[in-house]
Amino acid sequence: MQSKTPSRPVWIHALMLSAAIALTACSSTPEQAAKVEDRAATSTTSPSTQGLGTGTSTSPGAVTSAGTVGQNTNPDGLDPALRDPASPLSRRSVFFDYDSFSVKDEYKGLVEAHAAYLKRTPKARIVIEGNTDERGSREYNLALGQKRSEAVKRVMALLGVNDSQIESVSFGEEKPRNATQTEQAFAENRRADIRYVGE
Amino acid sequence: MNALTERCLAALRLLWIMGAMLGGLVASLGARAQLTIDIVGVGSQQIPVVTSEFVGDAKHSELLTTVIQADLARSGVIKNIANSGLPLTSELNADALAQYAARAADAAVVGSVTPSANGQFQVTFRLIDVPKRAQVAGLVYNVSAADMRATAHRIADVVYEKLTGDKGVFSTRLAYVSKSGSRYQLIVADSDGMNAISIVASAEPIISPAWSPDGTRLAYVSFENRKPSIFVQNVSTGSRQALIVARGNQSAPAWSPDGRSIAFASSQAGGTQLFIAGADGSNARRLTTNSSVIDTAPHWAVDGKIYFMSDRGGSPQIYRIDPSGGNAERVTFEGSENANPKVAADGKSMVFVKREGSRYALAIQDFASRQVQTLTQGPVDESPSFAPNGKLIVYASVYNGRGVLAAVSADGRVKQRLASSGADVREPAWGPFVR
Repeated sequence: MQSKTPSRPVWIHALMLSAAIALTACSSTPEQAAKVEDRAATSTTSPSTQGLGTGTSTSPGAVTSAGTVGQNTNPDGLDPALRDPASPLSRRSVFFDYDSFSVKDEYKGLVEAHAAYLKRTPKARIVIEGNTDERGSREYNLALGQKRSEAVKRVMALLGVNDSQIESVSFGEEKPRNATQTEQAFAENRRADIRYVGE
Repeated sequence: MNALTERCLAALRLLWIMGAMLGGLVASLGARAQLTIDIVGVGSQQIPVVTSEFVGDAKHSELLTTVIQADLARSGVIKNIANSGLPLTSELNADALAQYAARAADAAVVGSVTPSANGQFQVTFRLIDVPKRAQVAGLVYNVSAADMRATAHRIADVVYEKLTGDKGVFSTRLAYVSKSGSRYQLIVADSDGMNAISIVASAEPIISPAWSPDGTRLAYVSFENRKPSIFVQNVSTGSRQALIVARGNQSAPAWSPDGRSIAFASSQAGGTQLFIAGADGSNARRLTTNSSVIDTAPHWAVDGKIYFMSDRGGSPQIYRIDPSGGNAERVTFEGSENANPKVAADGKSMVFVKREGSRYALAIQDFASRQVQTLTQGPVDESPSFAPNGKLIVYASVYNGRGVLAAVSADGRVKQRLASSGADVREPAWGPFVR
């Protein structure tokens, strides 16, 4: 997507990549990681409008620099934080109860972290992919997966994310994470996944 | 994409396996095609027919006889009488007639296959009413060797129609999806599972194939763009186009009876509602308007109405609506969940998937009497599709942990299974009559 990697020699990329890895791996130093957590925390405790305000006003400095490092060091141009196991942004799946599309409280933090990231990274785009277990007709499950996807999108919209950054789609029952026929598998398959465009 | 990967399909050779049933009981008869012909037994309901060897070219004669007998057996309403030792004739022959009568055949098929000019063959056949000692039908075909199997299906269609009054469907085709590992293929085959060709191959899921009423095109849903999108593809040339390019999902295509429009489900306005567009994707408009409910799985019936499933009443049930809009009318009232309606070609009945406890089975509803009859036992039967004569319904089922296709007669008495080695098969769509 963002291929603005001009004419730097390869070794510079390598250096920057290792720097980025060092930064993200060490949780105490980097301002960036702290900012991410702050934002999530802010959104959890404050109304969505306020979340929008803080997100746009305070973030630029720290976050842009993190974003730039990521864009210049990753082959896909994406922020390494998205893959960093220590970052809440690496958590991508929201799980649902049977025949339900309501986002449970335990996933609020995850959704808020992504919402905050999207607000401070206007170029970032996500696709939310809804999934269901295999019970019921394929067409109905596509529609149910769409409800799950849209439920996550709605939370993000309330948190102030621009509609154009999110596309809701559904895979229904067609792409199960666990293809066995157990309650455990069904639970794993009832979910919405957040995927950043370019991943 | 549209390469005819005949080679890859060797492992997917499909065999119709037939079960003989009474009163809707499913009897599994093992995995050998030969069983089908011997065991079909709905007693006096079956018409005994003898298909004689064809006079002339031995190889083509055997193919013709074998295919005709297999077709007639699959109908479930015809019983094949052994033809060994009969006088070889393609005419009304007195000695042969005496033998047909002695074997209690009500009808006999005789014919010939002989080389003609340019590598072609002339195939003749006669259908004989044995008790009346009279010819009922007689036809001549000039065909290439490659068309011999298709010719046998056409003969079987004539025999079936003359004996039952209903048009035969042996010359029709099936579309279905095969999944082998992570490889999905949209396959088109003869109604007996032979001549299977792959018209789409993808690493992403393919679902919901639907034949255009003239049988030239298939609409289907492919996930190749990492979301469900509808494509319309010419079956013989392979050329195709996306029906609609829009945000979100486009799914569940259904052709209008005149082939000019396609109804489908879309999330472009949020939720999942029904839309209608021209078959080229033009003039898309929204048909159902409540974004907070699910409306999907449309089927455009011969009565002009669009049948679909909706959870607007709380549970998923079947409704119908006029394509011009207005209020939808609820059609199913029994059961906690009813899905995927398909209306028969005569408009008199509707087959659908009915949930019974944790099982999903096929049921048929007669519109006049409102009677609902359960046709199959599940536990995971889905995606029903009527044969164009309304007598058989093909559907997806699970057998020994594998996706298989199955067929049931509209009265629930005849059942068959179409299994595949090495692949899950699902999402069948029975094509229209061949013109």
